[in-house]
Amino acid sequence: MNTTHYPSAHIFQSPETHTLSVVVDNEPGVLARVVGLFSGRGYNIESLTVSETEHEKHLSRITIVTTGTPMVIEQIKNQLDRLVPVHRVVDLTVSGKVLARELALIKVKGKGEARVEALRLGDAFRARVVDATTESFVFEITGKSDKIDEFVGLMGPLGLVEYSRTGVAAISRGPEAS
Amino acid sequence: MSRQMTGAEMVIAALQDQGVEVLFGYPGGSVLPIYDEIFKQEKIKHVLVRHEQGAVHAAEGYARSTGKVGAVLVTSGPGATNAVTGLTDALLDSIPLVCITGQVPTHLIGNDAFQECDTVGITRPCTKHNWLVKRIEDLPRILHEAFHVAKSGRPGPVVIDIPKDVQFATGTYHGPKNIQHKTYRPKVKGDMDAIRQAVQMLGKAHRPIFYTGGGVINSGPHASQLLRELVRTTGYPITSTLMGLGAYPGNDAQFLGMLGMHGTLEANMAMHESDLIICVGARFDDRITGRLDAFAPHAKKIHIDIDPSSINKIIKVDCPIVGDVGHVLEDMIRVWKSTQPDVDKKAIRKWWEKIDHWRARKCLAYRNSDEIIKPQYALQRLQEAVKGKDVYFTTEVGQHQMWAAQFLTFDEPNRWMTSGGLGTMGYGIPAAVGVQMAHPKSLVIDIAGEASVMMTMQEISTAVQYRLPIKIFILNNHYMGMVRQWQELLHGGRYSESYSHALPDFVKLADAMGGVGIRCEKPSELDAKIAEMIAVDRPVIFDCVVDPAENCFPMIPSGKAHNEMLFGETVEDIGDVIDEKGKMLV
Ligand SMILES: Cc1cc2nc3c(=O)[nH]c(=O)nc-3n(C[C@H](O)[C@H](O)[C@H](O)COP(=O)(O)OP(=O)(O)OC[C@H]3O[C@@H](n4cnc5c(N)ncnc54)[C@H](O)[C@@H]3O)c2cc1C
Ligand SMILES: Cc1ncc(C[n+]2csc(CCOP(=O)(O)OP(=O)(O)O)c2C)c(N)n1
Ligand SMILES: [Mg+2]
Repeated sequence: MNTTHYPSAHIFQSPETHTLSVVVDNEPGVLARVVGLFSGRGYNIESLTVSETEHEKHLSRITIVTTGTPMVIEQIKNQLDRLVPVHRVVDLTVSGKVLARELALIKVKGKGEARVEALRLGDAFRARVVDATTESFVFEITGKSDKIDEFVGLMGPLGLVEYSRTGVAAISRGPEAS
Repeated sequence: MSRQMTGAEMVIAALQDQGVEVLFGYPGGSVLPIYDEIFKQEKIKHVLVRHEQGAVHAAEGYARSTGKVGAVLVTSGPGATNAVTGLTDALLDSIPLVCITGQVPTHLIGNDAFQECDTVGITRPCTKHNWLVKRIEDLPRILHEAFHVAKSGRPGPVVIDIPKDVQFATGTYHGPKNIQHKTYRPKVKGDMDAIRQAVQMLGKAHRPIFYTGGGVINSGPHASQLLRELVRTTGYPITSTLMGLGAYPGNDAQFLGMLGMHGTLEANMAMHESDLIICVGARFDDRITGRLDAFAPHAKKIHIDIDPSSINKIIKVDCPIVGDVGHVLEDMIRVWKSTQPDVDKKAIRKWWEKIDHWRARKCLAYRNSDEIIKPQYALQRLQEAVKGKDVYFTTEVGQHQMWAAQFLTFDEPNRWMTSGGLGTMGYGIPAAVGVQMAHPKSLVIDIAGEASVMMTMQEISTAVQYRLPIKIFILNNHYMGMVRQWQELLHGGRYSESYSHALPDFVKLADAMGGVGIRCEKPSELDAKIAEMIAVDRPVIFDCVVDPAENCFPMIPSGKAHNEMLFGETVEDIGDVIDEKGKMLV
């Protein structure tokens, strides 16, 4: 929010992080519409994942983690819902039953004590080794984003080379579709 | 009924099936197959503009003055990019348009082919939706879907980009029936609980005001009738945005005039002091709210809008009603009549006394002159001359536009075409062309500024070609007056690049283009020359030479609240009323 503009009535609201699940027609340009909406209107994207979920129906699910004041979050949902190819927007955070996971591949290089320590920590975080050389590993880890943050942080001093994350995939708990 | 035909034939068939009578366009390589089909038929009249921006504004004028969808056809590349300003204008003002663009053949897309541009990429943020049609099988569906999306819900412009090979390809055409959109289903009926709550709030209010906008016009003439009924039944005051003028009769005693930055004192003060605002199809634009933290501090708010994203966007409201103005007002009137709310008549009378007190301030007053024409006076004389006539107004953008909103009277919807959201200089002439195409017998007047007309004046040539007797009434102050006014307010009167040097001789210009030019320099000549302008059955440029120094008041300077207005006669030096923070604003 640009505070040099007209003072905003809702400026005193504090920002919240929400996970939105957006079911869209899998047609060309639909991702550009969603991403363009966020950049054009100045909203944050913290994480974005897209994949076709129902092939016969041509449906994709876009999972977006975003932050904003409650009024901005409401605006984001309404703006998304207004896009013609959007079937529905579900705010998984509001339903309170969000199950959100991420996968990361993490490359660590090292020998001796650092290498052993990295392996030990990998074990503790239930990370799997999916590639190994005498001087490196690639770990595969899934979990909540903060767990991955923590693991990546620990690998830093132990020879972290690079890592790649999928972004969040999310769904609601319980028997109902969201 | 389904038939075999080419893509180009389908375009014309679909336009006809959708009831399009007029198509505004400009040819080029990638739309030639469609132009060939235009040549072979007579049902759709094609208007050849002089610039694609003009085609879109003309379609906007046509659409706004008829309630129908405007139709545009342009070529790929520069044709499409020239249309972008018009599309953005239509998006911001919620005008339904279908714009068909030609595209290079599918196998060349992505190769930087001649006159190729990423039309769907470029127009994605300035349309309600757009399509690139890659297969002939999809074309009939998309053509009909496009009209549906353009006109339903919150109206807006859409683009259909059709590669040339798809125009040549043959496929099966089917008509518009039984097409239901997979995802797009706007809600028109309002929630009854919310409507009942709103009526209750209406009944309890002591200082209520209706704040109405373009959504009433979008909803159709019936919505204006219902608005009149509800406002008269309640006896409450009403104000309108620039976009909503005409939905409620301008000379009715309950109408307080336009609100906002250049609105009346009574409208803005009533908003500021109200205890209930009933927003009907308006979107709390920043020209209206001014300082948000000082906006209508005591008011509860009801907001009727078809677009959920307009609600709680800028101002948090107490009673949101998502639905079409016409549908919701009908329900509100029914509930009002059946519940007969017990209105506090004494409180409402006191409220009107307060309002009358503000009215008595006569905020639109200006110092008239015998020597030099005041723009306000010119408009008052024009208003007098068109009284009782079947008249439509368009405008350009600037001071003249605001004076037109203040000094002309609008009694019916769809008679006032102006670029509000985008504020596009150059809108008025092509829009007038579109309006006159739809209403050949009516008087169509573009209230213009001398700088604005230079942006799209080539469309005068279009008016001449199609014998459209539009009147371009230029309030010629030799300045980009609105810019000059802001430079006085914010930049120490340093008139950087806001003087109109090297203006054409508008009388000769009119003559050269095949129209009629009239110049008026004295207040005493106004009536006779306006009468002459109206009598001429050809396009006219009326060069009304006005006071170059006049400013547009009242004005709420940026960053100020509704109760901090500036007035015409009191302002001597307007140089230091805006603080540093206000200077950042637009
Ligand atoms: C130089 C300049 C100065 C200006 N100064 C002023 C000023 O002083 N005062 C002023 O008022 N404006 C002014 N404007 C115009 C201003 O910028 C906005 O364009 C205008 O205020 C918006 O009008 P609106 O709120 O009626 O919304 P519109 O843009 O007309 O939007 C209509 C709203 O109604 C909704 N809607 C559409 N169809 C329906 C339906 N069928 N049912 C229900 N809802 C529907 C839409 O979703 C939208 O929220 C100025 C413009 C310029 C260029
Ligand atoms: C296409 C475009 N460019 C720039 C502006 C910024 N602008 C707003 S009003 C104005 C001056 C208009 O001058 P004129 O048409 O003479 O009208 P006046 O204000 O003098 O009545 C300008 C440059 C705009 N609104 N549109
Ligand atoms: Mg001017």
